[in-house]
Amino acid sequence: MIVFLVRRIAAGLVLVLVIATTTFALMGLTGSDPVRQIVGQTATQQQVTAKSAELGLDQPFVVRYGHWLADAVHGNLGSSWFSGESVTSSLENKLPVTLSIVLAALLVSAVLSTVLGVAAAVRRGALDQVVQLLAVLGFAVPSFLVALVFAVVIGVDLGWLPATGYVPLADSAGGWLKSITLPALSLSVGAIAATAQQVRGSMVDVLRADYVRTLRSRGISERSLLFRHALRNAAPAALTVLALQFIGLVGGAVVVEKVFGLNGIGSQATSAGSQGDTPVVMGVVVVMVALVVVVNILMDLAYGWLNPKVRVG
Amino acid sequence: MKLPESDDTTGAVTPAVAAQGRAGILRRLLRNPVAVTCLVLLALISLASLFAPLLTSQDPARSSLTDSLAPMSGKHPLGGDGVGRDVLARLLYGGRTSLLGALLAVAVAVAIGVPAGLVAGYYRKWFDAVSSWVSNLLMAVPAIIVLLVVMSAVGQNTYLAMAVFGVLMSPGVFRLIRASVISVREELYVDAARVSGLTDARIIRRHILPVVQAPTIIQAAQMLGLGIVIQSGLEFLGLGSATQASWGSMLNDAFGNIYTKPELMVWPGLALAVTVAAFGLLGNALRDALDGTAVTGRKPSRGATTRKQGAEKKAPPVISEAAQDTDDALLVLEGLTVSYPTAQGEKTVVDNVSLTVRRGEVLGLVGESGSGKSQTAFAILGLLPREAQVATARLVFDGTELGRLGRAAMNRYRGHRIAYVPQEPMSNLDPSFRIGAQLVEPVRRHLGLSAAEARTKTLGLLERVGISDPERVFRSYPHQISGGMAQRVLIAGAVSCEPDLLIADEPTTALDVTVQAEVLDLMRSLQSERNMGVILVTHDFGVVADLCDRVTVMQTGAVVESAPVERLFADPQHPYTRMLLASTLEDAEPRSALGLSRTMSASAAGITHTGRQEGSA
Repeated sequence: MIVFLVRRIAAGLVLVLVIATTTFALMGLTGSDPVRQIVGQTATQQQVTAKSAELGLDQPFVVRYGHWLADAVHGNLGSSWFSGESVTSSLENKLPVTLSIVLAALLVSAVLSTVLGVAAAVRRGALDQVVQLLAVLGFAVPSFLVALVFAVVIGVDLGWLPATGYVPLADSAGGWLKSITLPALSLSVGAIAATAQQVRGSMVDVLRADYVRTLRSRGISERSLLFRHALRNAAPAALTVLALQFIGLVGGAVVVEKVFGLNGIGSQATSAGSQGDTPVVMGVVVVMVALVVVVNILMDLAYGWLNPKVRVG
Repeated sequence: MKLPESDDTTGAVTPAVAAQGRAGILRRLLRNPVAVTCLVLLALISLASLFAPLLTSQDPARSSLTDSLAPMSGKHPLGGDGVGRDVLARLLYGGRTSLLGALLAVAVAVAIGVPAGLVAGYYRKWFDAVSSWVSNLLMAVPAIIVLLVVMSAVGQNTYLAMAVFGVLMSPGVFRLIRASVISVREELYVDAARVSGLTDARIIRRHILPVVQAPTIIQAAQMLGLGIVIQSGLEFLGLGSATQASWGSMLNDAFGNIYTKPELMVWPGLALAVTVAAFGLLGNALRDALDGTAVTGRKPSRGATTRKQGAEKKAPPVISEAAQDTDDALLVLEGLTVSYPTAQGEKTVVDNVSLTVRRGEVLGLVGESGSGKSQTAFAILGLLPREAQVATARLVFDGTELGRLGRAAMNRYRGHRIAYVPQEPMSNLDPSFRIGAQLVEPVRRHLGLSAAEARTKTLGLLERVGISDPERVFRSYPHQISGGMAQRVLIAGAVSCEPDLLIADEPTTALDVTVQAEVLDLMRSLQSERNMGVILVTHDFGVVADLCDRVTVMQTGAVVESAPVERLFADPQHPYTRMLLASTLEDAEPRSALGLSRTMSASAAGITHTGRQEGSA
């Protein structure tokens, strides 16, 4: 188990490093001229050279990358070329927003897809058809479209929940919950569709298994059969799908944050990306990929806990 | 060992089968109304975007301040957007951007994924390792982040972004192709082709490409939907070329006017949802069409012999005693019929079967596989799958009509009064729970024991069934014990609540010969120790001779003969019984001459030691 964990963490670090390097190379080696953008079209050549030297852009690419990496390992991700703000501290401010909606969406996806998938597998018939239809709709309707509809209908027309803004958890727990409900729900639609489909499929398979029939022959209660035995055996496959869906959730947060006017890492990615603000883009990429890595390792641990063959063997 | 011949057949047959299958899939697809609707919708959307200049005279990029948020009119059939551009024109031209962008992404994904998957799956080695590593890496990165980076580095070009997205989607194709190739590669006909000296390129073209074609097409349909979603997501974020109309940029504009004119969202939103849903549903329909070929292409499964044919061949049943005439009957089953709905109509697998078990009596239920004996056993336990249609005249257990019990009431009988020992030990233990937990649960439920009492009782049971280290087995998971051990565990589980009736479905078939004998000995001693009634389902007359008091013989779902075991062996009445006995004895003769030991009794050969058989031979 320890060996497994160490290997997963090492693989995760390699992933972050490879992605960071590729991103840095893409940003640094392609044609666009960030300095000209920063200082403006009217600036003199001297001003451009001075700014270039200030940002370290006059140095060769490999040296710049070496500096960035050395700083990053010490937790310093540099400062924005445009605002001069420290990337680390600005990410620290924005991470809670993104984490709130992404983790809430993950939780909602896990719970709702389990409920829907189990119900569809056990009841079959009309309910099964409805869940199948929802799965197709959830796949078809992109999360930002769901977000737009939620924002207009529930947020604006009905006024039940705030359509914009974020309330920190420390300020008000109720306000926090209200402010993340619509973003998290719209984000989770696609993940629920995909995961519910998987839960249904593996539940149907497990309920057909020999050992379920044998457990039934022992007269154990239907509840224990479904929720203790069948669900436990169906869970690993569903967890694998959910882990893949989480990657999509992180990407979807970028778009959903824009709709709900949330000042999270996603909206920072959008603005930094369109400006070509390399230090901020690098910071965002590193944090997002690290988030995916951490959640996937946690899911692997849960998988091992659920599946004794992995755990003991 | 006629290799050239085997190659000839595979070379000729496989492509022919594939071609036939393809035509069949297309026909089946066109019979599915959902698929046809999707195809028609997608054709309409494609044609509308292709012929956009014919459908509208407006320029999608020309804005005019006077037409800002204009209502529907002759000039602007769907009104104007936030900066006065014509909504209809933007919708039509926008379809081009979305469809072409998605096509590009899918083309890139297929162009990378298919060759890489073929090479990795076919040759394995270092290329497989490296490409699998890269594919896992690409899958772990949120696509939209990568696209943001690419667009900020290279410039806001929609088609470039979609090409990059194609690279990001290629692992999906790669994994699918690789897995298919690996499984096909192990098939015999590919081996035969390789041994006969076909080149790898030829093998891939003739044997592997036809197999991976269909799944690739299904995935392509779904990736097209995904491409459109991502493409419009980027445009919605404002990352895309400003001069090009697209559904995403229309939604971006609608979002800017969300408080003044939210209905601007409707048209692009609808176009987007319908297109993506059509691709998704088309993918599903393709998969269904493909599954359809798999099912109908298969031979009819065992036991599918229709009842009529069986009935014509069969002599009338011989019942040596009236089953229901017994006072000490523990179980009386009368007129059991089980049928399943199939595409060809109702299929009856058990037809009007009656049997009786007395207290402390062992009844053998004998017949070939597919004769309906296991189905009969499951029907008594109420464990048939939900699609089974079951009818009984009477199913009385110890004075109670089981057919009338509800599910909860039946659950109090199952495991407690009527227990079951399955055929295949390894697949009948829940792989996720320790042996102990699985055994303790019913004991606590039926006997109301505390956790500690149940544990003590279970450990005792494990010891009783001959497990030398019960503590260790109690703590083990099913995959950590042997098959013979697992069958002992299952027997312990069956007898744990001291049932009156034990139904054992071929309890030794899956075990090694030596273990078979031990398990039979165990069942015999448990039966006499507890005076249980037993229904022993088997196809093995050796087991019957060894354990049973009475025998009921089944053929194609119906009882053909029922008699006490001595009489059945001495004087079988029904031709089918005689045939079964004869085939058992033929096998047995050479071995009996060698005087096999008693432990061999459980094998198909061994009814030699019983003495009963000797009288009949």
